[in-house]
Amino acid sequence: MSAGLLAPGAPGPGVDPASAPSSAPSSPPAAPAAVRRTGRRRTRRVLGALVMLLLVAVAASLTWGGLTDEVLAHLRALLGLPGGQVSFVVGTLRLPRVAMSVLAGVAFGLSGTLFQTVLRNPLASPDVLGISGGASLAAAWAILVLGVSGAAVSAAAFGGALAVAAAIYPLSWRGGVSGYRFVLVGVSLAFAVSSGLGYLLTRAAVDEVRAVLVWTVGSIGTPRWPAVGLLAGALVVLAPAVAVAAHRLRALELGDDLAGGLGVRPDAARLGVLAVGVALAAVATSQVGPIAFVAFVSGPIARRLVRGAGPALAASALVGAVVVVLAELVAQHGLGPLEVPVGIVTGLVGAPSLLWLLATLNRKGRGA
Amino acid sequence: MLTSPAAGVARLGADRPSARGAVRRRRLATLLVAAGLLLLAVAASLALGARPIPLATVLDALAHRVPGDVDHSVVLDQRLPRTVLALVVGAALGLAGTLMQGVTRNPLADPGLLGVNAGASVAVVLAIAVLGITAPAGFVWFAFAGAAAAATLVYGVGAIGREGATPVKLVLAGTALSAGLTSAVTLVLLTDTAATTSFRFWQVGSLAGRGTGDGATTLLAVAPFLLVGALLAMVCGRSLDLLSLGDDLARGLGQRLGLTRALVAVAVVLLAGGATALAGPIAFVGLVVPHTLRPFLGPSYRALLAGSVLVGPVLLLAADIVGRLVVRPGELEAGLVVALVGAPVMIAMVRRVKLAGL
Repeated sequence: MSAGLLAPGAPGPGVDPASAPSSAPSSPPAAPAAVRRTGRRRTRRVLGALVMLLLVAVAASLTWGGLTDEVLAHLRALLGLPGGQVSFVVGTLRLPRVAMSVLAGVAFGLSGTLFQTVLRNPLASPDVLGISGGASLAAAWAILVLGVSGAAVSAAAFGGALAVAAAIYPLSWRGGVSGYRFVLVGVSLAFAVSSGLGYLLTRAAVDEVRAVLVWTVGSIGTPRWPAVGLLAGALVVLAPAVAVAAHRLRALELGDDLAGGLGVRPDAARLGVLAVGVALAAVATSQVGPIAFVAFVSGPIARRLVRGAGPALAASALVGAVVVVLAELVAQHGLGPLEVPVGIVTGLVGAPSLLWLLATLNRKGRGA
Repeated sequence: MLTSPAAGVARLGADRPSARGAVRRRRLATLLVAAGLLLLAVAASLALGARPIPLATVLDALAHRVPGDVDHSVVLDQRLPRTVLALVVGAALGLAGTLMQGVTRNPLADPGLLGVNAGASVAVVLAIAVLGITAPAGFVWFAFAGAAAAATLVYGVGAIGREGATPVKLVLAGTALSAGLTSAVTLVLLTDTAATTSFRFWQVGSLAGRGTGDGATTLLAVAPFLLVGALLAMVCGRSLDLLSLGDDLARGLGQRLGLTRALVAVAVVLLAGGATALAGPIAFVGLVVPHTLRPFLGPSYRALLAGSVLVGPVLLLAADIVGRLVVRPGELEAGLVVALVGAPVMIAMVRRVKLAGL
């Protein structure tokens, strides 16, 4: 929200940046164009750096513990090159885990940023609005009451997330949806579902409570390839929708009236963006649980890195992926013999890093 | 402090005496209705439960107790203590929530945002897992200390930098710390089954059995902190009204922003920390109370704070009574019911009124 206020290059007459540098050597339009060019260059540099960071994190996760040769051999086998050898550890344990981490991070990063931007509130991530809570409640119900596990829990969680999202929208509709009303209804539902979860947890046997805790904090564990494929497929299907949403967001950031002037219907656009955000959060949560903090923090970090106008969706997705991959690496290998759910690491490590980021940025007078 | 500029602002807002009188009458009427609701809730809390007791008997018991009378014993030994506890905790949470929304200027803010609940939870879970304490009465000071430590850290991080503790920085720092501490709690719970057993019951927040016996002495011990917090809250009302005009305007009117925010933070720690120490983390009361009052009282924080003292207990008592009635002869904890009772109220409010931002 406030980062938007810091954004340079107020929306001038040149709304379409692509057509701007064609002519006009006169000095007044040159200044915003130059600002925009430096902004874009900075964005490209940040994205490049994030991609590098992600690749390093992925490579480290795959080869941790001196498995470089095994990984290379496995990759050769996958590509059908000579000298390849299929490795159980790499192919069945590490590769799906890393793939799932990247996909979940991308989904959470995008989803949180879409929510925070369209609702104009830094608190409005899917975890805060009860969408992850709905997934947790449904998953807990499936584990504790139905006694199922695996794909059935995922299906229940997906349904729970969608049910809460589907309830928020009509409940906050009153001749249009204001972001403010949407957020308040969402938070109310979040508290309602979390007390439902509290009820289930106090009435269940302690051993089963543990399974639910692991699920609700978010864990990647050792996913099977079909689950990874499901999330990947969902992201591929949702990618065009995200692109459209990014375009709509840019119009919405100008304010409802200006957006209307550009031919964007504000309410329909908001609904569309929120629907994409919900879909991303629901499908990712159903596979790995609501990994604490990723959806909430990716957007603010990305915005600070890019420092430009707009929601910085690509950077948010990459930040989300980097955070989850690194957290999973720590969860698997960083705590000695103890393997913990990844959500614990994102909370324990992510929180101090954000606090540190805030403190250091604040000292330079550039804080939120 | 700093009264004259504030009075000037008030005069700017309502220069016609008739409009000002109407606002005042409306506020008074709202507060009277809230007081009436509170009286009703107290009466219901004393009369209703697994064993319904007629109001006449309740009054009888309050006037002169007959030793050995079962009804009198239920009213005086079980329902009166938990009703008093609900009054204290509800008022403290209502005040703390209103303060938080005022100081962060965020309609989503509640006392938990300052890390109060998460800090208390970590301290309690460590007390259980490391020191082996299992009785709820033993948790009180751990909860209080944890809440205070977390809030101090959040405020300290949020206040670094040139502009001091701006709303966005407080919100981000609070959410970050809460998430981190919640992960720490989960980590302890996953490695310690015995801790899970005691902690999950503390964590839902309840009034049952926490106002009697040991609970009564705890209540007396915590009461002074709550009282100081409430007094601070009342002092801060006028400053919050000025803060709601925006930092620059408030500073221009002579407000010392840092001082005001620090005072509010201390009040929130005392109130919310005390309430959490007494009843466990009860969410939602602090969030919903100011929202239910704004349509009737307007944006003035002085009026909202006065109203919160009355409406907070109404909500908590209602939740406690519903929790006693729905699964008779068993009970649902008030901390679980409060969101189920409060969420529809909140949603109805949000839908009904034309909302003004903060």
